[in-house]
Amino acid sequence: MTVVPLLSVQHLTMRFGGLVAIDDLSFDAADREITAIIGPNGAGKTTVFNCLTGFYQPTVGRLTLTHGGGTFLLERLEGHRIAKEARVARTFQNIRLFPRMTALENLVVAQHNRLMRASGYTVLGLLGHPGYRRAEREAVELARHWLERTGLADRADRDAGSLPYGAQRRLEIARAMCTRPALLCLDEPAAGLNPRESAELNDLLLAVREEERIGILLIEHDMSVVMGISDHIVVLDYGKRIADGSPRTVRNDPTVIRAYLGEEDDEELPPEVLVDLRGVPPGC
Amino acid sequence: MEYLLQQIINGLTLGAIYGLIAIGYTMVYGIIGMINFAHGDVFMIGAFISIITFALLWMGGVTSIPLAIVLVLFTTMLFTAVYGWTVERIAYRPLRGSFRLAPLISAIGMSIFLQNYVQLLQGARIKPLPPLISGGIVLMEGDGFAVQINYTQMIIIAVTVALMTAFTLLITRTPLGRAQRACEQDRGMAALLGVDVDRTISLTFVMGAALAAVAGLMFALYYGVVDFFIGFLAGLKAFTAAVLGGIGSLPGAMLGGILIGLIEALWSGYFSVEYKDVAAFAVLVLVLVFRPTGLLGRPEIEKV
Repeated sequence: MTVVPLLSVQHLTMRFGGLVAIDDLSFDAADREITAIIGPNGAGKTTVFNCLTGFYQPTVGRLTLTHGGGTFLLERLEGHRIAKEARVARTFQNIRLFPRMTALENLVVAQHNRLMRASGYTVLGLLGHPGYRRAEREAVELARHWLERTGLADRADRDAGSLPYGAQRRLEIARAMCTRPALLCLDEPAAGLNPRESAELNDLLLAVREEERIGILLIEHDMSVVMGISDHIVVLDYGKRIADGSPRTVRNDPTVIRAYLGEEDDEELPPEVLVDLRGVPPGC
Repeated sequence: MEYLLQQIINGLTLGAIYGLIAIGYTMVYGIIGMINFAHGDVFMIGAFISIITFALLWMGGVTSIPLAIVLVLFTTMLFTAVYGWTVERIAYRPLRGSFRLAPLISAIGMSIFLQNYVQLLQGARIKPLPPLISGGIVLMEGDGFAVQINYTQMIIIAVTVALMTAFTLLITRTPLGRAQRACEQDRGMAALLGVDVDRTISLTFVMGAALAAVAGLMFALYYGVVDFFIGFLAGLKAFTAAVLGGIGSLPGAMLGGILIGLIEALWSGYFSVEYKDVAAFAVLVLVLVFRPTGLLGRPEIEKV
């Protein structure tokens, strides 16, 4: 009997009018592994995330998430239930924090549903019920824990919008972790980070995988991050899967090299030839 | 001096009522960026429900006036909240994600509908409420003029202060308030964190309507008459208050309400009663020209 994967994407297709953004994509992502989705710009990586988190309704396909809490068909869940019940958390390429809330408050909002229950749907909270106070203390503790893990402990009370770029990126990951996810989807977490910050990010993600025992789905262009920490890589080009495997196999896959990593192996080729190579349909 | 003090007391009372209504405008604007033009009529419904509940209580043999007022307060808040919820559910939610003007037009339609609905059911004539609370405290006496704060005014100000305190706590300290502020800044992101956005918006309407209901009860107690059209002018004044304070800002709504109440009372006291509405709306014009974001509002950054 095979192990049921944490996330199973089957025959996912997303069309916008005549444009096929994702074309019959299938892949699995295992629990406690880092699965990277890579591919040239416009390959449909972020669209996969948008389908997973309920922003888009897939044209065709099944997205199954299985963990201790049960089995969920993500394409059928409403947006907020994907976070609440299926426990999928996500960050964005263009950071989406609540800019006019403090860093700490951003992390407490992420624990909304637990606090809502503890506050007796607001009434007990308003009356200062001890059960709610305890829940809120725990929420703040978890928030502080993640602020510390992301090196933001001393900026807890600053407005999220006023933090420097790198700090905002880390805060977004901290906020996603505060929802206690089973699957964490990170959309280009290393974008705009300097080499030192990006090395710290690698350590953070590896630690999260080990300690929290969750699956991570990663979109990334920075190959040092992808090759350094991924357990499994899915390569997309024009919405199709062109390779799927360990970093070693993907790196040596000729299709991938042609479509994506071409530059590294063909450094002597003039740029216009590289452009042409990118246009070659996969599998040629 | 005595005369001025008296006008300030009157103005604060009026301002409390406007402030309670203005909160409903400012919260809805904050969370979904639309002006709920039917909000004034929800206030009018609140005034009617309170008069009907008073009548029912008398028929049921409740003679204690403090008890009656407390019962009416809660009944009115409850039933008006249901109206607020229903209006959002049938007139605004189906239009969410449509173009920006659609819910606004729907709101104007809802306002006309509610006015006619009450006119049909209750008649067009004014409904009187006999004065329930008489007497007051004389604060100061001099030159044959006594500065008086009557008990109705004291109740209005006390209830308003209590509600606004509870309300501020709700917004700043409870998960619901945090969810509302989160939805205000980024609804899509709030949903990704597990916040039920539709429900949060519904509850915002419920809270606004409940506060407007209290304002309706206070209005009925203070003026003693209501008709189906009171929501129009009161709603417009409260909207002015919300804009003056900075729409989207809660302390702004309260401050704006009090300022509009004071301007109106002082203008009627020193210049002319006939032009009190002109004074209030002239303030709106001046604010929009010189400080479009209001006193406590922040400049809106257009989202891309």
